[in-house]
Amino acid sequence: MSARPPALEMRGIRKAFPGVVALDGVDLTLHAGEVHMLLGENGAGKSTLMKILSGAYRKDAGEILLDGVRVEISGPRDALARGIRVIYQELTLVPQLSAAENIFLGALPTSGVGRRLGLLDRRTLHGQTTRLLADLGIAIDPRTRVGRLGLAQRQMIEIAKALATADADAPAARVLVMDEPTSALTTREVEQLFSLIERLSARGVAIVYITHRMDEVFRIGRRVTVLRDGRVIATRALETVTVAELVRMMANRDVTDHFPKVRAARGPELLRVDRLSSSGVLHDISFTLHGGEVLGVAGLLGAGRTELARAIAGADRFDAGQLHVAGAAVRFRTPADAIARGIGLLPEDRKAEGLVAGLTVARNVALPHARRLARWGVLSSRRETELARPIVSDLRIKATATQPVRLLSGGNQQKVVLGKWLAGSVRVFIFDEPTRGVDVGAKVEIYNLMNRLTADGAGIIMISSELPELLGMSDRILVMHRGRIHTVLDRDDATEERVVGAALGLESTVRLKPDTTTEGGPLSNGAAG
Amino acid sequence: MNRARQFGTLIGLVALCFVLWILTPYFLTVSNLLNVAEQTSINAIVAVGMTFVILSAGIDLSVGSIVALSGVILGMALRDGQPLVLALTVALAVGVVSGAVNGLLISHGDLPPFIVTLGTMSIARGAALLVTEGRPVSGFAASFRVLATGRVGFVPAPVIITAAVYLLAHLVLTRTTFGRYVYAIGGNEEATRLSGVAVRFHKAMIYAVSGLMSAVAAVILTARLNSAQPIAGMMYELDAIAATVIGGTSLMGGEGTLGGTLVGALIMGVLRNGLNLLGVSSFLQQIVIGGVIVVAVLLDTVLKRKHRA
Repeated sequence: MSARPPALEMRGIRKAFPGVVALDGVDLTLHAGEVHMLLGENGAGKSTLMKILSGAYRKDAGEILLDGVRVEISGPRDALARGIRVIYQELTLVPQLSAAENIFLGALPTSGVGRRLGLLDRRTLHGQTTRLLADLGIAIDPRTRVGRLGLAQRQMIEIAKALATADADAPAARVLVMDEPTSALTTREVEQLFSLIERLSARGVAIVYITHRMDEVFRIGRRVTVLRDGRVIATRALETVTVAELVRMMANRDVTDHFPKVRAARGPELLRVDRLSSSGVLHDISFTLHGGEVLGVAGLLGAGRTELARAIAGADRFDAGQLHVAGAAVRFRTPADAIARGIGLLPEDRKAEGLVAGLTVARNVALPHARRLARWGVLSSRRETELARPIVSDLRIKATATQPVRLLSGGNQQKVVLGKWLAGSVRVFIFDEPTRGVDVGAKVEIYNLMNRLTADGAGIIMISSELPELLGMSDRILVMHRGRIHTVLDRDDATEERVVGAALGLESTVRLKPDTTTEGGPLSNGAAG
Repeated sequence: MNRARQFGTLIGLVALCFVLWILTPYFLTVSNLLNVAEQTSINAIVAVGMTFVILSAGIDLSVGSIVALSGVILGMALRDGQPLVLALTVALAVGVVSGAVNGLLISHGDLPPFIVTLGTMSIARGAALLVTEGRPVSGFAASFRVLATGRVGFVPAPVIITAAVYLLAHLVLTRTTFGRYVYAIGGNEEATRLSGVAVRFHKAMIYAVSGLMSAVAAVILTARLNSAQPIAGMMYELDAIAATVIGGTSLMGGEGTLGGTLVGALIMGVLRNGLNLLGVSSFLQQIVIGGVIVVAVLLDTVLKRKHRA
């Protein structure tokens, strides 16, 4: 048994891109049935390493061994044929097709007379899918259209798709790579995913698991490899290492305080939301935001948090209610109106809503300010760069102002989106999941930025799915449940249990705000179940 | 990467000229080259508008019909003895308004550009036929024809106009907020909107620019032919799209340059001219030009793929 070669061995992997060495002699060894955690800040080289494994990139040097045999992975199809499967953060499903059709998209079964005509054999397809899903313990009807599934369920389908042997000749998955699979999942869904991972590992599948969440690392990992700046800092068994050590290895600095919260003086009212409603999404939302305050917004996926943010920022219309900015009633028809009133939105999905990938860092940062920077409509690159440069250095964006943002890592891209609002006269910042997919070091920098903004008298609405972050950074936490405000908790009263309970729609044991609506009784089938 | 790509197209153009020079010495004479430039000018100008539109991730199929409509309105105004400046202003206004109608339907009506401009392609053509009862309009003063026949030194007026249009449009695209928004809208419309940019207004403007370019092309065409035809400008949309795409502008929007488009238009012009000089049948010419379009885009895609991996 001990003589058995590792399922996967990567030795001395090197990969350079123009101007940057992404990987500099990286070694990674994976045993069959092992769950191996891969840690590192954004830009450390995790994604590049996995792209080499999956055949998306060619390595410049180094070797890859599968079960002790040296292989050259020539492309994504080759990687698939060798039993390497990768589940990317961005899901790759066709929403218009059913779960079964998606899972077997590459090898839809045909039968009998139909074979020549390419007629789909639905019975076989659904049979195969039902067996596969049952095998994996996934409770989804194969006929459901994927577009109607929630994010977590889509993720399950994605995993099933990766594990489904595309055709009879292809080997089963031997190496499975998961890139931050839980970033959009609720607690219960995470548990489902973990038990799925345990079953796979028991079958001998070697799993590489990329995450930024420390609790997950210790929960399911056996060993961990930390990457920094394209090199392996260490590979350790998880029993022999602590969170603090790992964080130090990743950041090369002690992040002793994850949440460097500084409470700022409460200033005047900046924003008042009065009975805002949007049919089917938001019901009767009222709250105020003061200067110097961070108002956390908690809730499950689908509770209406993002919808609330977009309504306030003028991105979506709402049906009823009134917004007041600094005491004056306002109506926003477009985001431009909201920005003119000093409200800036950091959208949830930075790629789809926050950045123009082909433009440079400076031009992205300057985009909201282009009109102000121009004279008679004529822009000056110099003034754009002058505007952006202090922000780039201030936020420690690891890039030059003239680089296209496409080439930046996730954390740096997020900082660019943040930077867009720092140059203007925004007083109300709406941050929708500001640290999603961002590494530990950059997270702390974002928190420090929030402190600075509130110290200057700005107000921040922070939507987050990470409880520690909400508890650590908010002055008050507004918990939403099914489009309503369920509870508002003060910083000192907020505990993990209270926030979770309220998000699930449970009646709180201590009624902090007698006037807040609580719908449904205890254990009413809250969205997370 | 963009620069390398553009350079590649330019090398293609030079190589093409070289081959034609070897095959037929007459190709590389000043008079023939000026002839090519003059013949290319109309497609090149329409392609300026098309580049704006495609950069914003749109498409404009109505350009050829707008050329016809602007042309016949211009012709009728001139025939009826209106002053030249007034006639030109009206013709350009027809182009801008037609383009703006496209733009407003697309931006404020949230309709797909392909469908809207497919509709206005037919509407503008019909309107041109209707006002002229299907007959060509002619009988213009000599002062108007100067726009096509005049020369500054030895350079024909249409070439001067084209150069001026490219210079101006290039400055607009690279140096103004409007130009920046064109790229931003094409690159990521939602991010641009959330940045506070008046996306709808600028989208409407982009199509108005395209309409204006069609009208400018109509002026040159009408002056060259000394007559305005309601059936003029057929297939211009496809030539303009081809020039833009050969020039390296991505149909997905957000990437491309006017310099590339100019080279793309010249490649098509040189190819047509060369094939004519060589006595290649017009049927075969169509096949060759179609092949060039596909090969150019294929090369582009292959190069980009290599860059990514």
